[in-house]
Amino acid sequence: MDATPRLLYCHCQFAQVLPKETKEAVLQALCEAGVEFEAVADLCELSARRDPLLKELAEGGPLKIAACFPRAVKWLFAATGSPLQADHTQVCNLRVETAAAAVQQLLHGELLPNLPAGKGAPPAI
Amino acid sequence: MSLSQPALRIALYEGAGAKKLSGAARFETLKTLLAQGCSVRRAENPGTAAVWVGDFDAVTNAPESATLRLPLNEPSLAEAVETSRTKVHAAPSGQWKPWFPVIDYDRCTNCMQCLSFCLFGVYGVDADRKLQVQNQDNCKTNCPACSRVCPEAAILFPKYKAGPINGDVVSDADLEREKMKVDISALLGGDVYSLLRERTAKAQSRFSKERDADKALAERQKCLTKLAALSADIPPEVLAALPSPQEIARRAEEAAAKARAALAPLPNA
Repeated sequence: MDATPRLLYCHCQFAQVLPKETKEAVLQALCEAGVEFEAVADLCELSARRDPLLKELAEGGPLKIAACFPRAVKWLFAATGSPLQADHTQVCNLRVETAAAAVQQLLHGELLPNLPAGKGAPPAI
Repeated sequence: MSLSQPALRIALYEGAGAKKLSGAARFETLKTLLAQGCSVRRAENPGTAAVWVGDFDAVTNAPESATLRLPLNEPSLAEAVETSRTKVHAAPSGQWKPWFPVIDYDRCTNCMQCLSFCLFGVYGVDADRKLQVQNQDNCKTNCPACSRVCPEAAILFPKYKAGPINGDVVSDADLEREKMKVDISALLGGDVYSLLRERTAKAQSRFSKERDADKALAERQKCLTKLAALSADIPPEVLAALPSPQEIARRAEEAAAKARAALAPLPNA
């Protein structure tokens, strides 16, 4: 497993819950940094569609995600039968973080796992 | 609405055979592709992307049939994406409902209150009788009523405006507030499952069915109205669109039967 965290950016295209200026500033920073990353229009849509991309992302090793609340992201993945690996996932919450803080976490900080710990498992899909 | 197709997966390709893009060009291209509902991999390795977008040289290893050559400016890039989408049978952009419940199984106690409450058949149980979201398309946009009746704040709507329903951390204060807001059992006048069992027995006669229908409608209206008054976020159209008393009775019985079956002891237990 590659130890370098992969980056996933959610554009929350179909609702206005992420501040436009924050998400665009983060996307722009990722583009200008020249790093490799995955960008999705809306994680909720991929979850609703049980899109196989979520399985690839969940099973591919360390992952930093720019999206919304860690609890929501955790269960959006789990709902597709592809739970995130708690020890290898950090969610940067663009609903509350500033763009600068988000970019710092995504591009410069070490991975700090922050999914809520828990006991639950979703039913088999 | 079909949710069986995956989103269109695109590689913003800058590997061998393509020029490096400037940060600004990447940003503008990404924004356009994301607005079209695409998933985009910005990498030298295109992975399993169905379509490659890039500023390709004359000779490249990109598959010609699935290649969009930059620069393509709005609206031509968007149009080209739509053409590619049709070719690879990817999901149409925007053809899904961004409002559906997501269950936090760390909190869910499988109490079936949401299943009993929802008249739209959103919830069901799996083979192990564990609650699951089965018909998310039936969910009424902007209505968080089921999350309000959940005593454990275990139902999320990620697009909701406020916590903990939007996925924010659940505090003790939230739990207390949720309990104060709605106790569906109390709203139904006691133990909900006893009441539902009682209703099933009564439903054996036509007279009882009619009586139950009226009662079921009144209960749901009372509950939804109370929820609306407390949280002011049940859309009026949801309140106005309640089905007929007969239909409510049928759906309530259906939901109650599912909940009863899920909660009944296993034969070998």
